[in-house]
Amino acid sequence: MKHIISILIENESGALSRVAGLFSARGYNIESLTVAPTEDPSLSRMTLVTRGSEDIIEQITKQLNKLIDVVKLIDLEDFIHIERELMMVKIRTTDKTREEIRSLAAIFRGRIIDVTPTSYVVEMTGPSSKLDAFIAAIDGDTIIEVVRSGPTGISRGEQGLHL
Amino acid sequence: MSVELNGAQIVIQSLKDEGVEYIFGYPGGAVLHLYDAIFQQDDVKHILVRHEQGATHAADGYARATGKPGVVLVASGPGATNAVTGIATAYMDSIPMVIISGQVPSPVIGSDAFQEVDMVGITRPCVKHNFLVKDVTKLAETIKKAFYVATTGRPGPVVIDIPKDITDPRIKVAYKYPKKVVIRSYNPEVNGDKAQIKAAVDLLLTAQKPIIYSGGGVVLGEASKELIEFTQALGFPITNTLMGLGAFPSTDKQFVGMLGMHGTYEANMAMHESDVIIAIGARFDDRVTGKLDEFCPYAKIIHIDVDPASISKTVKVAIPVVGDVKPVLKQMLELIKDSKKKPSKKALESWWNQIEQWRAVKCLEYDRESRLIKPQYVIEQLYEVTKGDAYVTSDVGQHQMWAAQYYPFDKPRRWINSGGLGTMGFGLPAAIGVKLAFPDSEVACVTGDASIQMCIQELSTALQYKTPVKIINLNNSYMGMVRQWQEFSYESRYSHSYMDTIPEFVKLAEAYGHVGMRIDKPEEVRPALEEAFAMKDRTVFLDILTDRTENVYPMIESGKGHHDMTLRVAPGTSTDRELA
Ligand SMILES: Cc1cc2nc3c(=O)[nH]c(=O)nc-3n(C[C@H](O)[C@H](O)[C@H](O)COP(=O)(O)OP(=O)(O)OC[C@H]3O[C@@H](n4cnc5c(N)ncnc54)[C@H](O)[C@@H]3O)c2cc1C
Ligand SMILES: Cc1ncc(C[n+]2csc(CCOP(=O)(O)OP(=O)(O)O)c2C)c(N)n1
Ligand SMILES: [Mg+2]
Repeated sequence: MKHIISILIENESGALSRVAGLFSARGYNIESLTVAPTEDPSLSRMTLVTRGSEDIIEQITKQLNKLIDVVKLIDLEDFIHIERELMMVKIRTTDKTREEIRSLAAIFRGRIIDVTPTSYVVEMTGPSSKLDAFIAAIDGDTIIEVVRSGPTGISRGEQGLHL
Repeated sequence: MSVELNGAQIVIQSLKDEGVEYIFGYPGGAVLHLYDAIFQQDDVKHILVRHEQGATHAADGYARATGKPGVVLVASGPGATNAVTGIATAYMDSIPMVIISGQVPSPVIGSDAFQEVDMVGITRPCVKHNFLVKDVTKLAETIKKAFYVATTGRPGPVVIDIPKDITDPRIKVAYKYPKKVVIRSYNPEVNGDKAQIKAAVDLLLTAQKPIIYSGGGVVLGEASKELIEFTQALGFPITNTLMGLGAFPSTDKQFVGMLGMHGTYEANMAMHESDVIIAIGARFDDRVTGKLDEFCPYAKIIHIDVDPASISKTVKVAIPVVGDVKPVLKQMLELIKDSKKKPSKKALESWWNQIEQWRAVKCLEYDRESRLIKPQYVIEQLYEVTKGDAYVTSDVGQHQMWAAQYYPFDKPRRWINSGGLGTMGFGLPAAIGVKLAFPDSEVACVTGDASIQMCIQELSTALQYKTPVKIINLNNSYMGMVRQWQEFSYESRYSHSYMDTIPEFVKLAEAYGHVGMRIDKPEEVRPALEEAFAMKDRTVFLDILTDRTENVYPMIESGKGHHDMTLRVAPGTSTDRELA
């Protein structure tokens, strides 16, 4: 099963490689990983998407917690949470297809953020499944490139991941 | 009041303030400022080894024997990489060590500078934590953090990589060694959850066929006394892992021997048949569990461990208790004493009867009539000559198992071996580290003809620092452990488990300035050992030619369960077998 693990980690060089190294050394898979500093510059927040049985996820969280640089973590699966991913898709356009792409993007609440005579860049955020659905809805041959941030997430309500 | 010191002086002064007695090291370009600072003081003594691997094992042996962290100093590049095997050895057995490695100057890091390796990167998977020092004003604090992390919680090695410019003698900064450090992300759990402890005791008191399975965590956590009281209060049988030997007296009646691959029949059978197991500072290693699907099918398991990641890693447990063994056992003992419920006398009596029947199999018997020297006999004699009170280090192989099986340790920290990584070459340097810590105690290194050659150069260190250890080389002219596996699993195709050219160890010992003795008759063993141990101030190398065909029994062959042990067929059988 897919799990989104949110990690507060010391904002130090090498911290990311400790996390990545742990996954490769122990044979866990990482589907995606995003990391950026937080409002507290000494901390980074990492969002990691992984898959595995309950036992494996338990080991993953324990092993992550064991890393000295990891300050705190939660498995968002244990919370009601919101998941968002950012995607930008560059699509080849012709006079005939422009209108169709625009309306499709609108249905998915995407925005067109760059236009050239032969291309659009569509920006879209949402749960990963929604982004997958958009990709499936457009003609694959017209896609020039796709860039996705990987999911990030946050729990609902007052509780949250902080010090 | 603060003083101004340069980086090199800060390192040495910090070690002094940390109470460090010995540094085991080897110089090189990137650490020359540090060596110059070492030269100008005598509080922290430096032990010059002959290979950096030897430095790590010696520091490790010192740490295992004393419980204090071992300290290592190596140069950048090859000096640092030579230390990696020893660091990984300490990591696998959770031994507290601080390893200081030199690094090329900060401005050239990343430029493939002379003798540059990414030490932080290389050691990341085999250290508890590591640091690259980037600022001399943070040096003392980093050292304090390193010792704190290495020695608390589940102990382990910590590397501090120090670029050469950080130790520049011209740059002085205010020095004050912190009394305490706080690391917000690191707070090992100590006391254990009260409710879990209560639940564990309740379960223990209802057990019909209980067993205590304790490991290295009891040694590391200095909880031998508590373990003994706990075991006596319950009257349960107890087994130890290879790493836990000595934490409970091996000569006590409640002790059923080591468990696992080369454990006793009674220990493994008792594990298999038990209904309640309490694992104390043990990590369900694969050498211990055998085939996981068949591991202890009837048992509810309680597990005390300071590292949550050790719990339910390979074997699911019913009652986890995360905490330090010592306070947790104390609390359990209190509850047991206060409880109205007592362990069932009747159930325990029939359980012990069953165990005595397994014991009666006498799984450790061997051919005592042989004309050849039996390795088991040598260890038994070693036990007698040293009155069971020596520090015994070992290398890796059959000799290691025999030492564990035939030298009953009654105290913790007396049995010093590489269990998790199984590093050949560990024994001799470790013995030197132990002897430095306890100059008045007997230190024996039980080794094999192959293992001893992996760090033989440390014989020279032993001479320089006058560490008179006794080397018991169980010379079977084979990588016996490898040969045994080839015999069991590869139809005796002895591929490269034999060396045609084994050195004359007596001459070799003499060349290094020590005493060498060659023993090839059973009746010579005892007198030779007595003679060797009588030479108080000499390192003695006993090259003992043992039965080349002897195997370690009993054995759980790979892929089998505890109840499926291979026992020695009949006394003498192995001797009669011809080697190909
Ligand atoms: C050739 C060979 C054969 C071997 N055969 C066997 C065999 O037959 N039987 C056997 O038992 N082993 C055998 N071993 C050793 C085996 O590989 C493991 O090293 C060993 O079983 C692990 O011992 P342990 O479970 O006590 O764990 P250790 O490695 O000693 O780990 C200690 C555990 O205690 C925890 N801990 C540490 N400090 C504390 C504390 N203060 N409080 C609470 N918990 C703490 C740690 O987190 C860890 O989980 C063999 C090794 C070799 C090389
Ligand atoms: C550094 C290292 N290399 C290889 C091994 C694999 N290995 C385990 S035991 C052994 C043979 C040891 O032979 P010896 O020291 O003569 O001991 P014996 O088994 O004969 O008692 C080998 C090669 C190891 N444990 N460590
Ligand atoms: Mg041998």
